[in-house]
Amino acid sequence: MKQKIGLGVGLAAILVWCLLPVAWIISLSFKSQDAVSNGSEGFLPQPGGGAGWQNYSDVIGDDQFRRAILNSIGISLIATLLSVVIATLAAYAIARLEFRGKRFVLTTALVIAMFPVVSLVGPLFDMWRTIGIYDTWLGLIIPYMSFTLPLAIWTLSAFFREIPWEMEQAAQVDGATSWQAFRKVIVPLAAPGVFTAAILTFFFAWNDFVFGISLTSTETARPIPAALSFFVGPDPFSRPASLLAAGAVVATIPIVIIVLLFQRKIVAGLTSGAVKG
Amino acid sequence: MAAITMKNIVKKYGDGFPAVNDVSIDVQDGEFMILVGPSGCGKSTLLRMIVGLEDITDGDMVIGERRVNDLAPRERNLAMVFQNYALYPHLTVYENIAFPLRLAGASDEEVDQKVRDASKTLELDEHLERKPGNLSGGQRQRVAMGRAIVRDADAFLFDEPLSNLDAKLRGQMRTEIARLQKRLGITTVYVTHDQTEAMTLGDRVAVLKRGVLQQLASPRELYTNPANLFVAGFIGSPPMNFLPATVQGGSVELPFGTVRLPEDKAGRVPEGKLLIAGIRPEHFEDAAVVDDAKRDLGSTFTTKVDVVEWLGNEAYAYIPFEADDAVREQLTQLERDLDGDTMRSQLVVSLDGSSQIAEGDDAEIWVDARAMHLFDPETGDNLTIDLDRAGRVPAKEDPEAAAAAEHAAEDAAAH
Repeated sequence: MKQKIGLGVGLAAILVWCLLPVAWIISLSFKSQDAVSNGSEGFLPQPGGGAGWQNYSDVIGDDQFRRAILNSIGISLIATLLSVVIATLAAYAIARLEFRGKRFVLTTALVIAMFPVVSLVGPLFDMWRTIGIYDTWLGLIIPYMSFTLPLAIWTLSAFFREIPWEMEQAAQVDGATSWQAFRKVIVPLAAPGVFTAAILTFFFAWNDFVFGISLTSTETARPIPAALSFFVGPDPFSRPASLLAAGAVVATIPIVIIVLLFQRKIVAGLTSGAVKG
Repeated sequence: MAAITMKNIVKKYGDGFPAVNDVSIDVQDGEFMILVGPSGCGKSTLLRMIVGLEDITDGDMVIGERRVNDLAPRERNLAMVFQNYALYPHLTVYENIAFPLRLAGASDEEVDQKVRDASKTLELDEHLERKPGNLSGGQRQRVAMGRAIVRDADAFLFDEPLSNLDAKLRGQMRTEIARLQKRLGITTVYVTHDQTEAMTLGDRVAVLKRGVLQQLASPRELYTNPANLFVAGFIGSPPMNFLPATVQGGSVELPFGTVRLPEDKAGRVPEGKLLIAGIRPEHFEDAAVVDDAKRDLGSTFTTKVDVVEWLGNEAYAYIPFEADDAVREQLTQLERDLDGDTMRSQLVVSLDGSSQIAEGDDAEIWVDARAMHLFDPETGDNLTIDLDRAGRVPAKEDPEAAAAAEHAAEDAAAH
């Protein structure tokens, strides 16, 4: 009983810690701009200080914002897709094949993942300008992939190693080519790993600010986190805090949707029953 | 349907270790062939070379009329049941069984008909829509077999299919496999380390030790005419007794007394040399319950019985004895080869259930000398073998090649 109370208190503390800022930003997004400028205390909007859905319709009605959301979704999805496909193939090779320099590939991948993002911004800025992909989707997709691939490869190769060799051999004896065995048996079995890698990659791409603000200059490729910082509103001296809050809430919605979608696919113990009892 | 012919098959791994060394086995069309031996004898490697999951270093693998050495597994048209079943957990039982057909591009009606036929044969009808994870061990085993029989494969290959089941189920599935194979009449190669499965299932049994074929014969031939100490010790449960023995004037001197040797056997063994006598437990009996007619065919001796285990229909009596150093060394080596750990300096005697011999008694034991074999302690060869009834013994066909293979195996084991 004591343990249960302790557990409850602990959980509540963690929830408050994590969700209070989210709750606050939601509360802020429903307050009117004037009320915020005049100092609106309290969690709920004060009488006459509420804005209803006005902030949201303003945000969604804004061309710049819509464009940024589109950029973010496009860039993140493409980066995720490419990263997961490449990582799946690479991780399979790492888990199954013995080749020279395997350890080297793995360690290098890890080193890249640990590389400070900021230190790459300068060189990339110069390079992208020279080869002409500055301020394009591609210019963001490439760094996102190079930072998320290592993690995806590590996650996936761990999953592939768990899948018994026999599954694949059985498929080959049953008449499958190596590719068919991979596609029809190994990939479905590694699905939880694939979706885990996809979520991680998508998060990284969606949340990135440093690349987003340094490698773009116009709204053709600027993703949402960078765009929010440029979101000044009509008066440059008073930032539209409640409008920004509404924008931030809208920006989190795709992440929530993606997580809910993928989470169902991450069913632990999918391989149970493959081999012996 | 096809015969499988292995000619001088060799498998060497990167470090030069010969996992399979110069093995030749011919599996007839429709035959049930068993590959048996203790762990590390190369039996699974050999099976995987047949199916194509393992490269063949040297020799010819012929299935039907085709040499398949360089063919991929899918081009060999063989069906295999893996030790751990290797079912596809993301597919239902139905789709698991249908998997080979789908790969072959069969139409939906054909798939449905064949899957239902197979599931009926294996009594899996009510489980077709379930996932393998929800099945019991025996059911999974049957699904794995369903996946094999649903195709018109040239041969079935089994890799220790029963080793993950409990004892009772193992007995049932053993009968099931035997029945299925007889009904389908399909060539089958079955790998096991269990000598009971080898004896009960096989038309013929190939006994392997450290990658070298020791003897290829029917179960009865293996049992009555083992080629060497290894085969003699491996086949039979409880195992054959090995005793130090010296032949003098047509009689064998054993630790317990002297036994007259049948003449055909006496002529083949050297006199005065220390040998190892092999006698199966059931060739002993309580002298009190032996028929008079039978009694004269063997000899009797009196000895002190240490322990008696009475099982109802029979009883096992244990009689300790002192072995020579030379014999003991050979027997210890044999135990290592057989994966065993018991020191065999005791005699196991199977007595009739009606025997009154009790622990600590000085009992009179009768031994059937006709069934005794004598082995050379240095080479382990059976000196009293009846080669006409021993199937194929590679060591007798080409002693030099066999000796070279044995040496290679021993060298590899020593490193």
